[in-house]
Amino acid sequence: MLLAFIVRRILWTVPFLIAVSLVSFALIQAPPGDYLTSFAATLAASGDEVDQGRLEALRERYGLDQPFLVQYWRWISGVLQGDFGISFEWQQPVANLIWERMGLSVCLALGTLLFTWAVAFPVGIYSAVRKYSIGDYVATTFGFIGLATPNFLIALVLMYIGVIYFGSDVSGLFSEEYQNAPWSWGKVLDLLAHLWIPVIILGTSSSASLIRIMRANLLDELHKPYVVTARAKGLSEFTLLMRYPVRLALNPFVSTIGWAFPQLISGAVITAFVLSLPTSGPLLLQALLAQDMYLAGAFILLLCSLTVVGMLVSDILLALIDPRVRYQ
Amino acid sequence: MPDTMQAAWSPGEAEAAPVVLEVQGLAVDFPSRRGVFRAVDGVDLVLRSGRTLAVVGESGSGKSVTARAILQILDQPGRIAAGRVLLHRHHTTKGAAASGGAEEVVELSALAPRSAAIRAIRGRDIAMIFQEPMSSLSPVHTIGAQIIEAIRLHDRLGKRAARERAIDLLRQVEIPRPETAVDRYTFEFSGGMRQRAMIAMALACNPSVLIADEPTTALDVTTQAEILDLIRRLQASHGMAVMLITHDMGVVAEMADEVAVMRHGQVVERGPILDVFERPQHDYTRMLLGAVRALDRPSPRRLAMRAANPPGAPLLRIEALRKVFPGQRRIFRAAAPPVIAVDDVTLELRAGETLGVVGESGSGKTTLGRCVMGLFDGLGGRIEYVGRDGSQTNLLGLRESALRPLRREIRMVFQDPFSSLNPRMTVEQIIGEPMLVNGMLSGAALQRRVAELLEMVGLPATAMERYPHAFSGGQRQRIGIARAIALDPRVIVADEPTSALDVSLRSQVLDLLLDLQQRLGLSFIFISHDIGVIRYFCDRVAVMYRGKVVEIGETEAVCTAPQHAYTRALLSAVPHPDPRRRGLSGRHRYTEGA
Repeated sequence: MLLAFIVRRILWTVPFLIAVSLVSFALIQAPPGDYLTSFAATLAASGDEVDQGRLEALRERYGLDQPFLVQYWRWISGVLQGDFGISFEWQQPVANLIWERMGLSVCLALGTLLFTWAVAFPVGIYSAVRKYSIGDYVATTFGFIGLATPNFLIALVLMYIGVIYFGSDVSGLFSEEYQNAPWSWGKVLDLLAHLWIPVIILGTSSSASLIRIMRANLLDELHKPYVVTARAKGLSEFTLLMRYPVRLALNPFVSTIGWAFPQLISGAVITAFVLSLPTSGPLLLQALLAQDMYLAGAFILLLCSLTVVGMLVSDILLALIDPRVRYQ
Repeated sequence: MPDTMQAAWSPGEAEAAPVVLEVQGLAVDFPSRRGVFRAVDGVDLVLRSGRTLAVVGESGSGKSVTARAILQILDQPGRIAAGRVLLHRHHTTKGAAASGGAEEVVELSALAPRSAAIRAIRGRDIAMIFQEPMSSLSPVHTIGAQIIEAIRLHDRLGKRAARERAIDLLRQVEIPRPETAVDRYTFEFSGGMRQRAMIAMALACNPSVLIADEPTTALDVTTQAEILDLIRRLQASHGMAVMLITHDMGVVAEMADEVAVMRHGQVVERGPILDVFERPQHDYTRMLLGAVRALDRPSPRRLAMRAANPPGAPLLRIEALRKVFPGQRRIFRAAAPPVIAVDDVTLELRAGETLGVVGESGSGKTTLGRCVMGLFDGLGGRIEYVGRDGSQTNLLGLRESALRPLRREIRMVFQDPFSSLNPRMTVEQIIGEPMLVNGMLSGAALQRRVAELLEMVGLPATAMERYPHAFSGGQRQRIGIARAIALDPRVIVADEPTSALDVSLRSQVLDLLLDLQQRLGLSFIFISHDIGVIRYFCDRVAVMYRGKVVEIGETEAVCTAPQHAYTRALLSAVPHPDPRRRGLSGRHRYTEGA
């Protein structure tokens, strides 16, 4: 039953992924002109002469004069073989450019998600069980402040505090000596030492909203008849709480993965700029501005696919913890 | 006083059965910002091993709170304000074995609600089952997991042994194929099966006292009869003392050895069942019994009305009505089979009569009512309506614009008086809405009409400024009735209008409906699962089973000489409010084709 559900759910992602790839390709095709028009404009602006013949030759070489579906087909069949095309602007394969940045983005997003859960789960439970206590009010206040403050503002404030009071630069994900160094244990440790600042910045608002969600869910469950039944069995209050109401309050918590993940990645763009993080956000923006379509397309496609995968993971987790989902 | 009462009744038996649990002068307070509300006030109860004490009362009488106070599982912020709850452990088989016969009295009320001491009592010595078997079991744990948990909490048993015991318990409560049922989830079971699983869980540690809080209220009569029978047999084999909390005098008469009648947090009368039923001392007990007995026979008022003014020509003719809910279409899998909710039903409703539709849940009676209301598409058959001018129209296949004027003539009263009224509208808006929507009245004229309608249903005109939450269940149902008659309809479809109400209110609401029938010349289609109410209120009755009408006829004829085997089974399962006519063990279940 469970296996059938998972297989069915995975099969469902295939049409989704195809749709997502079509939409991403349509998106990068949407602005008028192509890379070569903006390339020509840049050349003209710097006073260089634009050789129309050369432009036409380039256009033909990259297939930019072909109809939409043909271009899409060329692109997507390349992607399936791991070839994302050539970045016009950087003049090197897109695959070389994106993997490290995507990796860091996902790393940051996962770290933030874990942080969010680690904070929201216990605080949310506490807030619900001790409703209207001092602790609940404190959590609520912090929650609302966290929700209301934009991430980049927190980033700026933290940077200011870091520089003024601790005399250290908190931006970036690596220290200078590891900036361009190949991967090593030292570099990983260095990454971890830097990662916590953006994690806190990005995690504040989602933790705040998850605390509220957890609190509200649990408050709904705490007075359900099955809790009374379990109490009448003689369970201790803590076991009871964890085994019954928290277990049921977890459902919406798990479904948050689906939306929290893409939100973290797209929400990170501004913060990444402020903190000059070497993640995908800044490069994506640059690629979009330059109409560097293969680079931008690869990013958009990967981010969208991550969203679909996030949904898939949350659906499967949901089926694991709640049998009612499986039997529908 | 209790001593004299017990002495008056079978003294030998009373002595033979030792006292297991005693409640003395119990008071429970619920503090709130507006002061302290005393839900239970000076309650004395005695439970004897192997005997059943029924605690009976209407909603809000404090009977459930009393039960929860015994186990100290009161909802926040409730607390025991006075009194004692004593468990005589040495009188229980388990306690006697543990203490070697030495006297051991545990004062439960003195233990802290979260203490290990009281937790050891819960489930082991005193177990509890609840009303709503759906929500009282966890939906995400298997039945087995929940039973095994109860076993392993109190007995040192390995996982495998506990599982064996759980399967054995499921077998005891007669759940088919217990080996596979143990790994099932609650939502895979029917209501009756869930309640059996709940009972199995309560029996997990062989408790000496079983507290059953309205264990059959959410179940159909035939299922109720089976569950009550099961409780009685398990009580006999385990020697448990049972505290049965109920509002249903029929269940009390069927089950109890002793009765305690509660009202406003106090026990107004207490004694052996025959004394209470045959020589009730308190006015309230007499009123309760009177209300129940009145519902067990035809309303004299209705008989007089029909004698003076017999039902006329048919007003509504339902011919071969059929409603099929298509099975859900699923991708990657075969579609679920379709559900035939109403299967070839032919009925007619005569002018000025009340037609009852009786059946168990899932029999299609509510769907039938909704078909008449025009709430469904895709119906087969005909519903022919005879207008005031004698013209006949088939309601099926009419366009919405043509159906609109007819909607004013056929109105509905709903079951749940709490959810069928919009909490954000005043009573005036609720009752006035149908007239406003139909552009019939507005302004001061509308207000006058609302006042008039309120007066007709026995509410003061001042009620119109208030919101539904300010009214009790019975009053809300009156508001719902006022809304239904606002457009001066000819037919009212009433779907279980009294089943959410206390017994003493039921006959009042039914009498109000009779009164309105006489004044306004209404015809009713009255849907109910309650034979007593049908017998009191309906001229003819149609018995539905799995979407089909299996029997239709004059109510008294159907009730006294049922023709169809299903009707006989249904009637045999209804508990009579007379302890001398216990007969549920003589019931039989109807199986199709049998």
